[in-house]
This record gives sequence, C-alpha cells and structure tokens, in this order.
Amino acid sequence: MGDTGLARVVLETRDVSKCYYLDGVEVNALRSVDLEIRQGEMVAIMGPSGSGKSTLMHIVGLLDRPSSGEVILEGQDVSSLAPNELASLRNRHIGFVFQAFNLLSRTSALANVELPLVYGGVGGSERSRRAREALERVGLANRLGHFPSQLSGGQQQRVAIARALVNDPSIVLADEPTGNLDSRSGIEVMAVLQELNEQGITVVLVTHDDRVARHAERAVHMFDGRVSEDGPVADRIMAADEMALLPPEGATG
Amino acid sequence: MNLPESFRIALRALAANKARSLLTMLGVIIGVAAVILLVGIGTGVQDEVTGSLEGLGSNLLFVVPGQYEGGMGGGGAPPGRRFTLDDAETIARRVEGASAVVPVLQAGATIKAGNRSMRVVVAAGNEQGTEVFTSDLAGGRHYRRGEVQAASRVVALGDRVARELFPNQDPLGKQVTLNGQRFTVIGYYKSLGGGLGGDQDSQVYIPITTAQRLFNLNYVSTIVVKAADADEIEVVRRDIRRALLPSFGDEFTVFSQEQTLGILSDLLGTLTYMLAGIAGISLLVGGIGIMNIMLVSVSERTREIGIRKAVGARTYDILSQFVIEAVALSVLGGVFGIVLGWGGAELIAQTTPVPTNVTPWAVAMSFLFAFAVGVFFGVYPAWKASQLDPIVALRYE
Ligand SMILES: Nc1ncnc2c1ncn2[C@@H]1O[C@H](COP(=O)(O)OP(=O)(O)OP(=O)(O)O)[C@@H](O)[C@H]1O
Ligand SMILES: [Mg+2]
Repeated sequence: MGDTGLARVVLETRDVSKCYYLDGVEVNALRSVDLEIRQGEMVAIMGPSGSGKSTLMHIVGLLDRPSSGEVILEGQDVSSLAPNELASLRNRHIGFVFQAFNLLSRTSALANVELPLVYGGVGGSERSRRAREALERVGLANRLGHFPSQLSGGQQQRVAIARALVNDPSIVLADEPTGNLDSRSGIEVMAVLQELNEQGITVVLVTHDDRVARHAERAVHMFDGRVSEDGPVADRIMAADEMALLPPEGATG
Repeated sequence: MNLPESFRIALRALAANKARSLLTMLGVIIGVAAVILLVGIGTGVQDEVTGSLEGLGSNLLFVVPGQYEGGMGGGGAPPGRRFTLDDAETIARRVEGASAVVPVLQAGATIKAGNRSMRVVVAAGNEQGTEVFTSDLAGGRHYRRGEVQAASRVVALGDRVARELFPNQDPLGKQVTLNGQRFTVIGYYKSLGGGLGGDQDSQVYIPITTAQRLFNLNYVSTIVVKAADADEIEVVRRDIRRALLPSFGDEFTVFSQEQTLGILSDLLGTLTYMLAGIAGISLLVGGIGIMNIMLVSVSERTREIGIRKAVGARTYDILSQFVIEAVALSVLGGVFGIVLGWGGAELIAQTTPVPTNVTPWAVAMSFLFAFAVGVFFGVYPAWKASQLDPIVALRYE
C-alpha cells in the first residue's frame, strides 16, 4: 500500500476554503486546502485544536460544503450537489467514525450496523448477513444483540467502525476515534483500523495526538486552516505490536 | 428506503416511549370516542324517530289547516279556520283513492281508576284509525263504528297506562274516569318498545266524537288520509285539494309522509352534525397534543437525526419517519377511540332508553379524520426534523 504513486485518487480537495460568519466576524476555518487521498492509504490529519481538522473532515465526508473550491469524490465534482444527492453519496462512499461513537441508543449493535444498509435500500437477509460480517470483522460477532449501553467504550467504537465499513465505502473517516477511550481500548481500535487498512480500505484519521497519528502511513499537518506539512510517517507504530506489549488482561471482544 | 422500513422505525420509536405515546394518543382516543358516541346517539335517535313515523306507512297524507311553505319550521300563517268532522266526511266522500280517512284530535287529560290517577295524552280518531296507526292489541278490541257514531264513552289504554292503573289486573271491562267522566275500558295495547316511542305507551285512545264532547271542541286538528295505492298518492293529494277547495281555498296544507320525515330527519341530522362538530374539536385538540409531543421528540432526537443523515438518510426518509410516527399515534388512538366509543354506545343502548346506532360511515369518517389529524399535525415537526443540518444535529448535546 505504501506506493501512493500508483494508486487511484479516491478523494481530492482543490483550493477548498471554509468561512464562518459569527456576529459579523469572519472565521476562516479552512484556507485553500489541496489534498489527495489515494485508494488504500491510511492518512492522519493532525494539528492543534481549532486548526480546521474537523471542518476538513466534514467537507471531505460530504456532510458540509466548502465556501469555495472543489471536492472530487471518485472523479466526480460533488461540491455543489443538493443535500439529498450528498446523502446518497455518503451512503455509498463514506463511512464515519466519531469521537463520541454516535450510535443509536436502545438499538442493538446489529441494527446500528444495518443502518447504512437500510438507507442504501439493502433489505432482508442480505442486510443482516452483511451487518453480521462487519461486526465479525471488528471482533464483535458475539455482541450482536447488545445495546450501546451494554457495551464498553472500545466495543461501541468498534460497532461504529463496523457501521462505517458495512457499505463497502470508498473511504472511512475517523475523527478522534480514540478520544473518548482509555489507552488499551484506543490501541484495540487502532488495531482494527490498521487491520482494515491492510485489507485495502482507505482510512483517514483525524487526531491531535501525535502518537495516534503515527499509526497511519502518511501524516497531513494542519495549522490555522492550512496544510502546513504533508508526508509519510517515519516510524510507524503497529497496534498489533503494542497489543503484544500490553499486560495480558484477558481478551476483549 | 421503503415505506415498511419507515413504519418499523416509527413503531420502534413509539414503543421505546410507551407511556408518552399512550398519553399522547389519549387526546385522539377521547376525541374519536366522543365523535363515535355522540354521532351514534344522534343517529340512533334519528333512526328511532323516523322509524316510528315510517311505521305508519308510506301511503299516508296529513291534511292540516293553514298554509305551510317548505317546512313546518317556516312560520306559516295561523290557521284561519279549523277542520271539522264534516270536512273529513267530504274527503271520504269525494276522494276515490282514499281507503281510510281519519280525523285526529289530541289533548291532555287526567285519567283515574279507583285511587290511582295519572296524566295522559288522549288520542282520538275514528274506527279506521287502526288502518293508519301502528298498534298491537294485548287484549280486548278497538272502538267500533257504532261507538264512534254514538260518541260512546269507551277507551283503549296504552301499555304503561294499563299497567299503572291496573297492576296485575285485567283492565278489560273496568271503569275509569277521564277528566271526571266515566269510561269503560274495552282494550289495551302492547308496549311499542322503550326509547322515544315509549310516549305512545302513555296514551289512551277514544272515539273522536267522544273526545269533542269531553274537551268541548267542535274541530279536529288533523285529517289523516290513507291512499289505497301508494303509487296513486299524488292523485289522492290532488283530489283532497279539489275536495277542500270550495270551503278552504288555499288555507290548508297536505303533507306526505316523506315530507314530514324529511323535515324531522333534517332537523335531527343537523343536530347530529353539531354533536360531531363539538366532538371533532376535541379531536383537534388531540392533534395539537401530537404536534407538541412530536416537536419535543424531534428536538430530543436531534442527534439521532444527525446520525441517520450522516449514514445516508435523505430528507424524505426523515420526513416520512416522523410523519409516520405521528400518524401511527393518531391512527392507533383512532382505533382505540372507535373501540371505546362503540363500546360506550352499546352500553348506553343497553342500560338507558337512549337509542344508539354506530354506523360504518361514522366509524370510517372518524378514522379518516384521526388519520388526517395525524398527517396535518405531524408534517410540521417532521419537516423541521428533515431540514436539520447534519453537522449541527451531530454536534447537538
Ligand atoms: N459552525 C461553526 N460556526 C463558526 N465557527 C466554526 C464552526 N465550526 C468550526 N468553527 C471554527 O472553525 C475553526 C476550526 O474548527 P474545527 O472544529 O475544524 O477545529 P479542529 O481542528 O477540529 O479542532 P479540535 O481539535 O479542537 O476538534 C475553529 O476556529 C472554530 O471555532
Ligand atoms: Mg475537531
């Protein structure tokens, strides 16, 4: 996967800016961002608080539209599409993992993972089969019927990851996926993301934590709404190795 | 996403908040039950009144003095001259198609037997009265032609009168007094049933000639004419006009059974609609309750809406989810309300003299109305939900 020069560009921003107006004051959350994410990459977007990471993620995730510039998803300019068209594209191409998990409460893990399929028009036995498979991939095959309130934080985040990949998206976007987790669960979540990336899924990871970012193969640094640095991660951390070093506290999942 | 899917999601959301859903439904339940019950009573009364009139037969004409246009309600001119027995005679002689001509007089009187007494309505006619009015003898006989001609003091008692004056006795042959004058009981009738028709059970029946002497009157209030053939009723009506023209000119009116029925029916129908309207208002209030709860629900579930949108829900998906939720509330409430209202109507019919009739029409209308209330009051909150910005919704605490 390391050879980015050969892989196809999945998602691209061209000269993207985002501007908020609050009480007449102009806030430039993003200034002319150019970014290419290639198929199979694992990219970390880093930067201090307020540097525009989440804003960028929302724009590349088609949850938000740029004030100017273009967003190109799988070769198609999507920056000026209507909300419903964006919803369909999100459904087919984007998987989200949020810091706050954002699972539906009082809804089983399986039903949560099925949600994108529901809106994607996948029905019946195929839906539950695919949701089951996704939960197996994140090591939660034995937690299908659990509600989020009956799962640990790490498990909830893994359900969210299963939900993000159930639709075979072009790209999985994770905003501070370990932000609400203890270090052990954090490592487990990173292990899952790395494993999925090994299997060919494109992962974009937003974090302010340098150590978390080093799990990716490429790091994009943001500062004050601009990309300040973009290059490969020198000493990549493999979560599997970290797991091995952890005290054997009984397997989770 | 398809409709069954929206249904599943909506029902799951309602089940998650059972107490709240039920309380919200209560408004609609009460509204629909009230509509069903009140319309049921209105229809029941209407049926009974028109039914008891229809029992008289459709080939009857009612001749009354005075001019009436359109309906009985319209303030007609006061009758200049009243009918007498001679006028009834004239009609009987001149109108060929008439198989029975009955002059009618009604007045209140006090009836006494021994130390028992009661107020009754005295209904007087001639021997042909049995041909135009429904009656069912429990014992004895009607008065005869000879008794009408001789103005005999004979009386037949309604069911209630017979029972009050002669409990556990055979009233036949007994003596009673009407306004102090002595009469012999020659017959008594079976009950015409409870409800509003119970009135006729409190009447007593005497010959018209006797009645005129008893009340010291020389006129009759109405002349009822029965056409031999129901199809010839218009001919009979025309002939009656011709027969009375020389002595009355235009100063009389001939009502057919249908007209009388129509007037009463209209009146009771209006009343029923009014009841339905009042009950409908409570249904509307129930709808506002639904809207209120849906608005609360939308703001409570802002984050859920954000999540759904993030994974691909379109405006339509969110809109239909919440509209269906509101409609499910109102329709479920409607069904419970129908069951409750129907049960209540049955109960009233069985335990009180008030007749009720829950028609399929009333059920269908209130169901549809409940449905419409759900759609109407559900659309705004659902629309609000569907317009939420996904990012704002996801950030919502
Ligand atoms: N809805 C909004 N309205 C106004 N300003 C906003 C809005 N959203 C973000 N901003 C501003 O845009 C800038 C970038 O915000 P953003 O959330 O992208 O930062 P971030 O890099 O994700 O920070 P953190 O690491 O704290 O999450 C901030 O200055 C923020 O105040
Ligand atoms: Mg952020």
